[in-house]
Amino acid sequence: MFLKIIHACKTSKRKVQLSFCCMRSILSLSLSLSLSLSYFFFPFRHDIMKWNGWGYSDSRFLFNKKGQAEFTGKRYRLSGLILPSLKDWFEGTFGANLQHKSPATPALNVSAVPPPNLNESFVEELKAAGVALSQEPEDRVFRSHGHCLHEIFALREGRISRVPDLVVWPSCHNDVVKIVELACKHNVCLIPYGGGTSVSSALECPPEETRSIVSLDTSQMNRILWIDEKNLTAHVEAGIIGQDLERQLNESGYCTGHEPDSMEFSSLGGWVATRASGMKKNIYGNIEDLVVHIKMVTPRGVIEKSCQGPRMSTGPDIHHFIMGSEGTLGVVTEVTMKIRPVPEYQKYGSIVFPNFQQGVACLREVAKQRCAPASIRLMDNEQFQFGHALKPQVSSIFTSFLDGLKKFYITKFKGFDPHHLCVATLLFEGDREKVLQHEKQVYDIAAKFGGLAAGEDNGQRGYMLTFVIAYLRDLGMDYYVIGESFETSVPWDRVLDLCRNVKERIVRECKERGVQFPPLSTCRVTQTYDAGACVYFYFAFNYRGLSDPIHVYENVEHAAREEILANGGSLSHHHGVGKLRKEWMKEAVSTVGLGMLKSVKEYVDPSNIFGNRNLL
Amino acid sequence: MVSLLQGKHMLRAELESFFDILEERRQSSDISHALRTFSAQPYHEATPPSVKALNRMVLESQFLRYVIAEVAAESGEPPECVKEEAAGILDKMAQNLQLSFIRLLGFSLSKIFKRLFRSIWVNEDGLARLQQAIQEHPVILMPNHRSYIDFLVLSYIMFTYDLSIPVIAAGIPLMGMSLIGEIFRRSGAFFIRRSIGSDKLYWAVLSEYVRTIVRTGFAPVEFYVEGLRSRTLKSLTPKLGKLTMVLEPFFKGEVYDVLLVPVSISYDRVLEETLLAHELLGVPKPKETTTGLLKARKVLEDDYGCMHVCFGKPVSARALAQGRVNRGQFNLVPRGLPLNASAELQEFVNGVAHLLVRLQEKNMVLSPWSLMTFTLLQSPQGVDWDQLTHKTLWLRTLALRFGAHLNWPAQLADSEVMSDSLALHHSIACREKGRVQLVEEVGPGPVTQEEAVFRKASAVLMCASYRNQALHVFTRPALVALAMTTAASPRKEDVFRRFCFLQELFANELIFIPGHAVQDFEEGCDGLQQCGALTITDQTLRVTEEEQDAIIFLTAILQPFIETYEVVCRILCEERFQTFSEKSFLSSVRDAVIKLLISGEQDPHCQLQMWLQVNVYLLVTQMLLCVGCFFISSWK
Repeated sequence: MFLKIIHACKTSKRKVQLSFCCMRSILSLSLSLSLSLSYFFFPFRHDIMKWNGWGYSDSRFLFNKKGQAEFTGKRYRLSGLILPSLKDWFEGTFGANLQHKSPATPALNVSAVPPPNLNESFVEELKAAGVALSQEPEDRVFRSHGHCLHEIFALREGRISRVPDLVVWPSCHNDVVKIVELACKHNVCLIPYGGGTSVSSALECPPEETRSIVSLDTSQMNRILWIDEKNLTAHVEAGIIGQDLERQLNESGYCTGHEPDSMEFSSLGGWVATRASGMKKNIYGNIEDLVVHIKMVTPRGVIEKSCQGPRMSTGPDIHHFIMGSEGTLGVVTEVTMKIRPVPEYQKYGSIVFPNFQQGVACLREVAKQRCAPASIRLMDNEQFQFGHALKPQVSSIFTSFLDGLKKFYITKFKGFDPHHLCVATLLFEGDREKVLQHEKQVYDIAAKFGGLAAGEDNGQRGYMLTFVIAYLRDLGMDYYVIGESFETSVPWDRVLDLCRNVKERIVRECKERGVQFPPLSTCRVTQTYDAGACVYFYFAFNYRGLSDPIHVYENVEHAAREEILANGGSLSHHHGVGKLRKEWMKEAVSTVGLGMLKSVKEYVDPSNIFGNRNLL
Repeated sequence: MVSLLQGKHMLRAELESFFDILEERRQSSDISHALRTFSAQPYHEATPPSVKALNRMVLESQFLRYVIAEVAAESGEPPECVKEEAAGILDKMAQNLQLSFIRLLGFSLSKIFKRLFRSIWVNEDGLARLQQAIQEHPVILMPNHRSYIDFLVLSYIMFTYDLSIPVIAAGIPLMGMSLIGEIFRRSGAFFIRRSIGSDKLYWAVLSEYVRTIVRTGFAPVEFYVEGLRSRTLKSLTPKLGKLTMVLEPFFKGEVYDVLLVPVSISYDRVLEETLLAHELLGVPKPKETTTGLLKARKVLEDDYGCMHVCFGKPVSARALAQGRVNRGQFNLVPRGLPLNASAELQEFVNGVAHLLVRLQEKNMVLSPWSLMTFTLLQSPQGVDWDQLTHKTLWLRTLALRFGAHLNWPAQLADSEVMSDSLALHHSIACREKGRVQLVEEVGPGPVTQEEAVFRKASAVLMCASYRNQALHVFTRPALVALAMTTAASPRKEDVFRRFCFLQELFANELIFIPGHAVQDFEEGCDGLQQCGALTITDQTLRVTEEEQDAIIFLTAILQPFIETYEVVCRILCEERFQTFSEKSFLSSVRDAVIKLLISGEQDPHCQLQMWLQVNVYLLVTQMLLCVGCFFISSWK
């Protein structure tokens, strides 16, 4: 009975959606006969975002005339603030100098973009079907890359390699069905594009591809189609961007709780396609726990389950062929996901530990007792100092006095060595009372490992770091510093060894490859599980004096990944494989495992329409 | 397989500058030397855990708990008893490093060494490298083992230069010496039973103990890769047990790297030379006791010349393992569980062990006496002084061409150097009326025929031992030379095939890195070409007319080995050896050899070397008996 109602509700919604969809198609047909007009119709994100760096055009770090660092714009807590200690940290850590600049090419040189290789009959039929499309160089370049270092570095230098020949903007599921049908008919290569935040070379156009490459941008499929308050689920189009989804759900008093670090820009479809993980997974779960139903358009047709039962025993879960398929099988168009009421109370927190070992031991214990807060992260000493360098100018003498006092207490009174201590940042969520109770439990455990509560402020700043770190990379690149992050997951007993060995390997590889100054090689434990943890590494160095810094960088990252694998770490926890880590797939999942995946690909997409060549 | 040696540079002989550490001791007070502030920089600022804490770490390790449970289940004993037994083993084994005892040892060794040795030469660069290495990664000191005092010398040097005092794997007989054993223990020695065999619990305690020390890295671990003291002063086939133990923390990612430091200790004159010869002749080794040591103090009255300690370049286990060991193979089993070494891993460890022995050999410093013994042994009836000088000087040139390090004082005349060496070894040879002859051991007469043979043999064996010290310099060229004289044709591939056969045949006598036959062959050819004895044109090897002496000399080096093999094979072919045990075989071989010697049929006494016989036995059991016999018969 109940199911029936849902079903009825669903079909009626679908009808509404369909008619809406048609209406929009007609509108766009009439308007977009001249392609450039379509610009004005859709709110294109790339108008407000950088074409050769991270995030919003108005937000960036820079060193002002006084040599002080500041963060421009109005969007973030740090925006408009002066960061007095960043310069010293930057120069001290990297041996960089504000006199030595390596500025980016200011604007895209359109003439450097190769002319599109169009499949005319495909384009004609698309136009006839009323799908918005563009072959403007800016649009194509914008969708030709993710945010790997080598991709951004090339853009900054104005080097453009193979880019998609055409960008299409389906506005609903049916548009996607049409596009995929036409792509099959005309043998065109499709590359789905969501938020463009990939860090696995997943969006790179395979240079060996001779067919016309079409970037399928899902950004216009961004509506919440319905919310089911009885089952606490929401049916959402897959192109929606994380922050929009969360904001719109919040308006109805709900949230998904899925907050990957890229949530400002990454899309729901992208999360599904890469098996994303959110900061607050301890309460809400990772994407595979959140998803109830997925609809994906493949060259063979649409794949979906027939019901929304919470768990099924119907052979291997077909969702798991879709999640992590990285755009090789089709386009995820709609997703039903779990939602939760917005928590009543949120509280940040932080704990200082005398050293990283103690910190890891504490996190392990927290995981053992299964009492992890919404988020718990442990930064190593280098990252703690990094976070410290991002402290904004304090407004009053009183605050600076307090800071001094805190420092004195921790280093002198408690005897923590400032070069060894490390910090865990915490985020609690839920009922006020339960949060406070939970908080006490966690701090009690921490105390057993020598941990001292270090205040909400430090905690909040720790989380802010994750959102601005990518902006900081752009600053570094203005001054001969390049860097990247990568991640892994590893059993508890190997966490310390893996962290130490990988960090050391990075330092040594840099030295061997002629990097003049010791690199920044730092890590943090970002997620805890019953049987292990997720570890995140930052790695950056000053490349002055190197003839091919990207090559050096790639070699070092390759070595670091080998080290991770040798130390029992996984190939990836949530970034995915893409093309960057493909070479290790066989080792990671065995020959038979890879064969299984290949046979699925062969059945679903025999002509390799989804030809981004990721994963396999 | 990719070569373990990263290019030839690893073996390149570089001239290191040595300095005498006793010189300073002769000029300043030993007391203040022993009591000065000792400030070693340990690895990663690791502070040594207390002995108790270390032992607890070992006993409570996942590994030991696992093995204890397993042993308890197998034997039916309650686990508590097995655990107690393990604790007992550990107590008996564990070191108890205390600085005060190091100081005591430092003081007394200053006194003793000054008496025994004219100088102790240490390479300065080696010490600097070692200091650096200790701070970066856990360090394993791997000295060659020629004398009881090897480890004392090393600890003494480490103490003198403010380097972390090593923890040393020592044999349990040393512990048995009352007082001395305890002093050694407090100076960092831990004691290992000789024959552990299949005692699972003992292995477990020992290996976990060693691994824990490597993991914590508070002190370098020192052990002899050859396993035991070489009675013949020739390098022995390395043992793999301890090397596997120290490498395991690296394989499993518990430490970033392990640095293996080959240490080459060369003596002008080995303290226990007579003892060695007797042991070789089958006289049982005296039990190590304190009273025995006191009795042996007359050793102190003698002059033992110089010794050289050369700390080789640290070899990174990580660099060696690169591309050879898949460390990921340990990902699927908890690391605390016993390691089932894969064939790949065993092969790797074996290669590393042989490489280390090779590096030890490379850094040996040869004494003039070692060179003189070649000539002395090749002319058992004695040799004219002039001829000896002539031949030794010729050999010196040859050795230098082959890349040997020599301790040949440049400021003295050559003849002076040689007569000085001869004087140092007065117990082996003496010069009478311009002839140099081996000395016969004196003892109470009358003697049986057999005893007479023994007495004569003793000097020969000592002589042979000193020759063995320099043997490694000549082995590769000698094998090439021998292969050339017996190969089917002078074509390079035929000579190489014969070379490989010889290498296999002598695998138990001479140390070759497994799988390195090509490099060894090239090295041998290079050496011969360098000294002008060989030309290679169109893949054909030819001996040059002028330098035939070198070829004859080099083949003669291997002659005793071949002859011994032949004799033993002949004995084996006799009918009564259809079935035999190792023990009965050995004694009958010895009897047979003595009979041959008495009847005067066989000349070189060296054949009496028990060691060689054991190796032949090994060879025979390993290879097919008939192959050996066939070779020997076709040889003649």
